[in-house]
Amino acid sequence: MILARVVGSVVATRKDPRLEGKTLLILKPISPDGKDEPGYVISVDTVSAGFRETVLAVSGSSARMAQGCKDTPVDSTIVGIVDTISLDT
Amino acid sequence: MYLGRVVGCVVSTMKDANLAGQRLLIVQPLTPRLESTGKRQICTDCTGAGAGELVYWCKGKESSFPFLPVEVPTDSTIVEIVDSVESC
Repeated sequence: MILARVVGSVVATRKDPRLEGKTLLILKPISPDGKDEPGYVISVDTVSAGFRETVLAVSGSSARMAQGCKDTPVDSTIVGIVDTISLDT
Repeated sequence: MYLGRVVGCVVSTMKDANLAGQRLLIVQPLTPRLESTGKRQICTDCTGAGAGELVYWCKGKESSFPFLPVEVPTDSTIVEIVDSVESC
């Protein structure tokens, strides 16, 4: 799983019918100390995350195990909104 | 499967129902010589590993298998606590 920050959303009208009603958000991966990491990921949102929130995203075939994502063509899903991160120094 | 060290934890209240009760730990991947390598990962845990412990973790859909029959949406899980490493 990766930590990421919600930085935007994607709207698509023509898409696979199994993706209908799903929110697609743009995520910027971050490290546990809050620094940006390269690249962006488009993720399906199952926990009603908002802009600038830190979230947990699961990728690969495990993304289909999230609630409401069974048999949908997704490979990245937001499965949690992060409250706190604690790092041992 | 990969070697790693537990370096922290993540707390999340609003999460997938099947993730309820799962501990989310931050793992720093290590080389066999125990040097840090690559990005830190957020892993679920089926072993009860604690802070600073040397662990073995796996990636991919297989990482949800320890929690069956509950389908936990995770792509990395700590599956062993390492006692010792011998590298040549």
